Amino acid sequence: MRHLLSTADLSRAEAVRVLDVAEQMAATQQREIKKLPTLRGRTVVNLFFEDSTRTRISFETAAKRLSADVITFSAKGSSVSKGESLKDTALTLQAMGADAVVIRHGSSGAPLRLARSGWTSGAVLNAGDGTHEHPTQALLDAFTLRRHLVGGGPGGGPAADRVGADLAGKHVVVVGDVLHSRVARSNVHLLHVLGARTTLVAPPTLLPIGVETWPCEVSYDLDAALRGDVQGPVDAVMALRVQLERMDAAYFPSAREYSRRYGIDAARLALLPPHASLLHPGPMNRGLEITAEAADGARSRIVEQVTNGVAVRMAALYLLLAGEDA
Amino acid sequence: MAGARPGDDRTAPLVHTAGPTPRSATVLDAAEVSRALTRIAHEVLERNKGPEGLVLMGIPRRGTHLARRLAERLAQVEPAFDAEACTGSLDVTLHRDDLRRNPTRTPEPTRLPATGIDDATVVLVDDVLYSGRTVRAALDALSDLGRPRAVRLAVLVDRGHRELPIRADHVGKNLPTSTAERVFVHLAETDGEDAVLIEGPTERHAEGEER
Repeated sequence: MRHLLSTADLSRAEAVRVLDVAEQMAATQQREIKKLPTLRGRTVVNLFFEDSTRTRISFETAAKRLSADVITFSAKGSSVSKGESLKDTALTLQAMGADAVVIRHGSSGAPLRLARSGWTSGAVLNAGDGTHEHPTQALLDAFTLRRHLVGGGPGGGPAADRVGADLAGKHVVVVGDVLHSRVARSNVHLLHVLGARTTLVAPPTLLPIGVETWPCEVSYDLDAALRGDVQGPVDAVMALRVQLERMDAAYFPSAREYSRRYGIDAARLALLPPHASLLHPGPMNRGLEITAEAADGARSRIVEQVTNGVAVRMAALYLLLAGEDA
Repeated sequence: MAGARPGDDRTAPLVHTAGPTPRSATVLDAAEVSRALTRIAHEVLERNKGPEGLVLMGIPRRGTHLARRLAERLAQVEPAFDAEACTGSLDVTLHRDDLRRNPTRTPEPTRLPATGIDDATVVLVDDVLYSGRTVRAALDALSDLGRPRAVRLAVLVDRGHRELPIRADHVGKNLPTSTAERVFVHLAETDGEDAVLIEGPTERHAEGEER
């Protein structure tokens, strides 16, 4: 791997390898001394043109735990607000010697542009681009699911039981604002590559054009999907954030109607088999797409997702920067 | 560099493409490997004046198997030694200094004994001692996990050509080699047989010096 731009580019072997390396990285994060010397002397630039809390902090933590130097760049308060282009920003970072650029951008395709343009010689990691992809989020979701659904079962048995395994035969329901969600897109591709089935559930207004060509099923009825009427019993539900900041029109009549038809609450979770997990990429709109009771309940893996995010991003940085081809 | 680990997919594949198969000779057979391990087990006990505080940490993957076998032998000699509880596995991948000279390696699991390694006498176990860089990485990895009272090194084969000031405390066989030769350690657990083989440079490479 040279860059990590999209889960659609990953083969099954590559995706499983990221999960396996992440498994070892997660083990090192249980220790008293969490820092490893692996990327000593390398520089990772976090280039954030859009607001982010957990992804930025997660990448920063991951790079620091591997002893890389981290430069964090937020568009707010930088020359970007004076009108500097992506190209000039990238050339500046290249002149400072960035070995890897972690980029989040409001425009779909910005990371690809950066990787293909020759503006920077470093590895490019997509940390979310517009409504396109967010590959490390999908990888950490898959990592979390594998820990709970494969091998030792809930909570995870020994890591050795999961190494090399994919998510074959598992069924994940993804519900919410699919239209604006790069997380949904990345997850659909990755879950497909890993052998899992995906059902997307959303009101018709929140589904993108062309969704019928994605490797998944689509339903408008959340209760039917959770009961297993669409693609069989459900192993996990992922609630997506309603991205109010991207909504330039009325996509549903009212928040109350949305949460009644597509919100995850305790009653809906009760429709699931006992082992099923609840995921949410965060940040949550409590009371809209998910109730507090569900988010803080026993099935919720939402806090664990954040922990796993560091391990998965350590694995991604390691695989992109550590070898001779890096 | 870990050229001493053919058969191990962490290293680049051998270039066999040109010329006939290289000659390889058996240096230790199964019985000799077994005798060497038994002797090392006795040496470890003698050096430590008994099994107290001993922890065996194998370096994946063959070192891990060797550590387990050594622990079984220790337990045979000293029934007070709990082989299962005092054996672990120490991955050094993330501490290597030659990561950028090799294709990306996948880290192997590190397993610590339940008692940890603080104040223990840790015996690092590996199959081949060559440049010493793996052992250096192991010492760094170990210091991140705790503070042993002492660290010793046991290897099945010492083939020389050290690049760092490191030596083994317990050696199965000293094997003078040239850097052009390759040493294979085969273990029943990974390769279906116990043997140490040495392989000369490829015919093409060695043409000039052939008898």
